[in-house]
Amino acid sequence: MTTTAPRPPAPASLRRRILRLAAAVTTPLLPGDYLDLVAPLRSGADLRGRILAVRPETPDAATVVIQPGRDWRGHRPGQYVRLGVDVDGVRQWRAYSVTSAPGRRGDPISITVKAIPDGVVSNHLVRRVRPGAIVQLDQAQGDFVLPGDPPARVLFVTAGSGITPVMGMLRAGALAGADVVLAHSAPTPTDVIFGAELRDLAARGAIRLVERHTDTDGLLGVRQLAELVPDHLDRQTWACGPVGLLDALVEHWATGGQADRLHTERFRPTIITPGEGGTVTFGRSAVTVQADGATPLLDAGEAAGVLMPSGCRMGICFGCVLPLRQGAVRDLRNGALTTAVPGDGVLIQTCVSAPAGACDIDH
Amino acid sequence: MTVIQKKPVNPIAHLSAEDIEALGAELDAIRDRVIASRGERDARYIRKVISTQRKLEAGSRVVLLFSLFPPAWIVGTAGLAVAKILDNMEIGHNVLHGQWDWMRDPKIHSTSWEWDHVSPADQWKHSHNELHHRYTNVIGKDNDLGYGIMRVDEDQPWHPVHLGQPLWNLLNACFFEYGIAAYDLELGRNLRKGRHKAPEFRARARAVGRKIRRQVLKDYVLHPLLSGPSFLHTLAATFTANLIRNVWSHSVIMCGHFPEGVETFAKTSIEGETRGEWYLRQMLGSANISGSRLLHLMTGNLSFQIEHHLFPDLPSNRYQEIAPEVRALFDRYGLSYTTGSLPRQVFSAWRKVVRLSLPNREKTRPAGDRPAPALASAGA
Repeated sequence: MTTTAPRPPAPASLRRRILRLAAAVTTPLLPGDYLDLVAPLRSGADLRGRILAVRPETPDAATVVIQPGRDWRGHRPGQYVRLGVDVDGVRQWRAYSVTSAPGRRGDPISITVKAIPDGVVSNHLVRRVRPGAIVQLDQAQGDFVLPGDPPARVLFVTAGSGITPVMGMLRAGALAGADVVLAHSAPTPTDVIFGAELRDLAARGAIRLVERHTDTDGLLGVRQLAELVPDHLDRQTWACGPVGLLDALVEHWATGGQADRLHTERFRPTIITPGEGGTVTFGRSAVTVQADGATPLLDAGEAAGVLMPSGCRMGICFGCVLPLRQGAVRDLRNGALTTAVPGDGVLIQTCVSAPAGACDIDH
Repeated sequence: MTVIQKKPVNPIAHLSAEDIEALGAELDAIRDRVIASRGERDARYIRKVISTQRKLEAGSRVVLLFSLFPPAWIVGTAGLAVAKILDNMEIGHNVLHGQWDWMRDPKIHSTSWEWDHVSPADQWKHSHNELHHRYTNVIGKDNDLGYGIMRVDEDQPWHPVHLGQPLWNLLNACFFEYGIAAYDLELGRNLRKGRHKAPEFRARARAVGRKIRRQVLKDYVLHPLLSGPSFLHTLAATFTANLIRNVWSHSVIMCGHFPEGVETFAKTSIEGETRGEWYLRQMLGSANISGSRLLHLMTGNLSFQIEHHLFPDLPSNRYQEIAPEVRALFDRYGLSYTTGSLPRQVFSAWRKVVRLSLPNREKTRPAGDRPAPALASAGA
């Protein structure tokens, strides 16, 4: 048997030169544009994932198993991932908690999605998406995570799909041996996402499960929590659920003088309510103006002295396109609304778009 | 053709201002309907065209590495020519129009796209989307009427330099992408007016220079070098592919606005132009090419030039779907829908280029001929 000595790694400058040569051969495209055709998940590509399976959890929730691209850096239990999904041809970005335990490099991850009424992306993921579909990914983020040295006594307060980041933590096994209470609310027993797995954990003594079925038991409030878990203020607590519940918990923990023991995760923090006209902020120009619902953003910006890119001023040349970071705009030609939440950066034609509420333009 | 306002019989004299606005409203309704139904099918279409183009280009270039063998030369050159045509026409032109911006895919977006062409995308977008599409066929405003080097309308003044325009047109066809780059730079005008030293012009000229360098380096240096013993054959192949692409796009684009039957407009006619009047000008100022689905694909659906000029930002795959409706509107409003086969329209455009290389023949205008009212007040 012969062995070959490993070749010394090519010096960085040689690698750079080869990449430059490859780019000169593929101009005006990049070599990656061709590689994407055959290997969209390769190292060096924009981070993407391939959907491997969609498993129903409850009548309106499903777990989506995703093979992330080679550059996926992994996640900490409790973190979320931003997912870019093409629904009806339009790319939509949403954040979902990772529900799988951190695995080895190259392992699939899973997210669990609850279809909300009129939810464009959630309904698509729960009911329509098929294995094989490619989605865009961001690296995992979020600080709703357990500390490196897990506390001995833990309380989780969750409702509905709020269980998802906590499931990621429970599955990771970091709390083995700790005294863990999970107070979880859902309308009925069948609506409890991961119901069987949670009950099994409880049966094995890994957690104490306080299951609340709000259709019959009513909503879980602070008072009920205090009865069910009397020592709740002594526990390091992680809570995820509707805004009303979280606000009540924050107030209660603050009143109890234990605010620093409560960690919350809020999904959908920004609710965009379209209106007529609004405050327009041109972030990089540091200019804020008021504009009515009939004034194009282009005119509003120019009137305020912002150097706006512009062209035909009638919606045909796309020379005035700028990213809408956050807010809502209305197309003056047909009244169509476009909304954006931070991270979306939806590109809009400023010459035919008027503010429909507060807008933050990245310019 | 002559500007519509000076024609003995004004083709829109029968339309009242209300008619024109009603026509505009009907066109708006078509547009809104297409926008409301844009979706996954369209997204799949453009992604499929893009991936087919890339595979065809990569495959053809690999075949050309062996271009010493005649069959490889022929297959590779044909494939590369088709790939370049798809890149420029169905993909580049339409993506740069913002037809696919609604997908919110940053990789298929008018602000990020670059094409296999020596004119940088942003300069082309300015001269094409902003000037040509806004001022379509307005004499003195739309430089696409003869590209500033030719006389394609009786109302453009004749100059002895136009005697050579059949030759200029042939050369422009062969090196069309360079012609477009010079046109987008407004090279002639900027040189004449001594603006070639202005920093803004110089920056744009440098950008064109960089783009030319990259394109030339790829097609005429690197690809032939990679072909080793096939160096010269590959060089000839990429030159031929560029030539085919240039002549093809030039022919298709000439058919858009130059054939007989297309109207032109006086500068004053667009003052205070309404949306309905703008639509009407696009309808009368453009011509279609009839043919097969393959022809439509290879022309980037500019064979539906009328539909494209009415709705420059609708996805190109939808033009043929709305064409029957648009044509029905022409009929209902008594307007003529100019269309014909590719050879017929190319011949028609060339005949005009040749005819107008000479001064106008004596006009036989009726006595007391007065210009028809401006489009903006037609029928009022």
